[in-house]
Amino acid sequence: MAQNIIIPHVSRIEGHAKIAIHLNDAGEVDSAQLHVTQVRGFEKFTEGRPYYEMPSITARICGICPVSHLLASSKACDAIMAVRIPPAAKLLRELLHCAQFVQSHALSFFHLSAPDLLLGMDSDPAERNILGVLEQHPELARDGIALRKFGQLAIERLAGERVHPAWVVPGGVHAPLRSDLRDAILGELPIARSIVRRTLQMFKGVLDGFKAEIDSFDNEPTAYAGLVTRENSMHWYDGAVAFIDENGAPLARFEDPGEYSNYIGEAAVPFSYLKAPYFIPRGYPAGIYRVGPLARLNVAETCGTPLADAELAEYRQRAGHPAQSAFYFHYARLIEALRGVERMEMLLQHPDILSTHIRARAQVNCLEGTGIIEAPRGLLIHHYQVNEAGAIVKANLIVATGHNNLAMNHAVEQVAKRFVKGAKIEEGMLNRVSAVVRAFDPCLSCSTHALGQPALQIDLLSPQGELLDRVAN
Amino acid sequence: MPNMISLRIDGELVRVEEGHTIFQAAEAAGKQIPGLCQMKGLSPVGACRLCVVELAGVNRLLPSCTTPAQEGMSVTTQSARIKSYRRMIVELLLAERNHICAVCVSNNHCELQALAMKLGVTHVRYTYAYRSFPVDTSHPRFVLDHNRCIVCTRCVRVCAEMEGAHVWDVMGRGVGSRLVCELNRSWGQASSCTGCGKCVQVCPTGALAEKGCAVEEMIKRGQSISRLAETRGGVL
Ligand code: SF4
Ligand code: SF4
Repeated sequence: MAQNIIIPHVSRIEGHAKIAIHLNDAGEVDSAQLHVTQVRGFEKFTEGRPYYEMPSITARICGICPVSHLLASSKACDAIMAVRIPPAAKLLRELLHCAQFVQSHALSFFHLSAPDLLLGMDSDPAERNILGVLEQHPELARDGIALRKFGQLAIERLAGERVHPAWVVPGGVHAPLRSDLRDAILGELPIARSIVRRTLQMFKGVLDGFKAEIDSFDNEPTAYAGLVTRENSMHWYDGAVAFIDENGAPLARFEDPGEYSNYIGEAAVPFSYLKAPYFIPRGYPAGIYRVGPLARLNVAETCGTPLADAELAEYRQRAGHPAQSAFYFHYARLIEALRGVERMEMLLQHPDILSTHIRARAQVNCLEGTGIIEAPRGLLIHHYQVNEAGAIVKANLIVATGHNNLAMNHAVEQVAKRFVKGAKIEEGMLNRVSAVVRAFDPCLSCSTHALGQPALQIDLLSPQGELLDRVAN
Repeated sequence: MPNMISLRIDGELVRVEEGHTIFQAAEAAGKQIPGLCQMKGLSPVGACRLCVVELAGVNRLLPSCTTPAQEGMSVTTQSARIKSYRRMIVELLLAERNHICAVCVSNNHCELQALAMKLGVTHVRYTYAYRSFPVDTSHPRFVLDHNRCIVCTRCVRVCAEMEGAHVWDVMGRGVGSRLVCELNRSWGQASSCTGCGKCVQVCPTGALAEKGCAVEEMIKRGQSISRLAETRGGVL
């Protein structure tokens, strides 16, 4: 029988984010939820597929950071095969990942944040975009385009395609790196590095002008989670998941990705399709935590590369440790972009990088596998269960926007409490909410507002669910 | 000496041995007729209808792989009408199952996909059936994904005619027909399968594949099966 799946207009394809604010019986704000694009569909329709198809299937979840899904999924498959992938494969995967960080952060900073930062939050929305930046700060806009291109070109050189490469496979990678391509990436690297350094200088110069934003942005202290090495240095591809509390004290740490479900619970939130992950030891909803650039720089002690570490020291002086204001996401992204470029250089110069031993082959040796990596927007978890023949029985994916769900809702709720009076949404709420949502850079916003404002709709609902008020842009 | 016959193909005079099909005659004359069920070395069945041609004096189109060449025939292998039918067939094949090339093991190495591109199938005009088909992962080395099967029966024939195992068959009728392993068992339980993998190599799509091949990695070696048939003196 044919089945119709109806996806309401909340979907990011249409470029709409919907926020529902629920009032309690006393007429006060009870809760607020941001409805975000779902990946649950993927969890359902991949049932029965051979596990080794998962990397390419799940990469389709996102056109901005497909490499993250490819990698997390391949790691989960490695675990199902119970293989340790060859050292060169690991280096190559990380290299691809760093290139993606650079391109994704470049997109986020130059295309999405720079318009606000350079043209002013109150400038004409019609010009507050990359084209406006191009007009008023042509050098910076060109730098942004060049940096993104550097990352994308590196991905293409490694994996053959820019957007949906099929190069990362369970057990390793499909083909070794050619020496001429390594040299080509190395040749372009110094320019990329100087672009990031230049941009960081510029950013630090304007930072003091944003004091009001730093203080007024979502700066509720929360716990943070991120991947770290044994030495507590930042790592994007591999490592232990570490949680710290709002004061920076360690909360928990686990090495084996399979243990994630002991620490991360998934609460089903009423009125929303997106589950809300929370830190189990603190319970729900107190177990709120954030992931992403801000979290990573809070959780790790060092970046593990010299220039980024020097920047990190300065960042901590300015932003405190742990940094709380979501405004620092922008700053953190630039430091990470620098780390990405530096790390790429280290990897490209590694003696094993051209090795042709790049793939481990095995059949199903474990009926369960979990892969965890840091996507540019934060922790990404792929967890699969298979039958003995290798068909997917169950898949669970937790994406960065998911981890941040509680924190985002919390931030939106804060704004709602200030701007909802009686049964009306007050003037100014839309802009504030946009700013809060944008700071998290959830997938929905990056895919919809590359050229302007996110399309937002806010619904105010009575305890019985009637619509009391609606604002939209 | 075999009897020779003469016919015209696209206006060109061609001489072939009696008993050849139009498809073989065209091939001998260096003309390419598309076909997804047809394969050198396997007996022809006329399942896919992609090799249809026009015959002077006959109003309907005929499958060239099963129609014997005859003295004095005049055959047309390319025309606007033929092309529109071939396109339609490919579109129907795509609409019937779930072909998502971008995540398919055979992407870029698929006969169906290549033909679709050659025929300029940029979109499918028919409503997709979106039926749910199982994936049989039970064999230790191979996988059968019914979502990508076009029921061309190449696998059925290679297994029965060359390997002599006859593991595969087709059950059901029309749009409901489906490939079955033995008497509808899972492949992993088949007692007659020798694990030779010939079916995988001849399958024109990503329906049969080696286990563990990631997207785009399944490159088939169907030609070696045809060569094998030739050296054994099988059907040509
Ligand atoms: S079998 Fe061929 S046409 Fe079908 S999905 Fe795979 S590549 Fe595409
Ligand atoms: S599995 Fe392949 S060879 Fe067999 S009938 Fe289907 S498409 Fe043809």
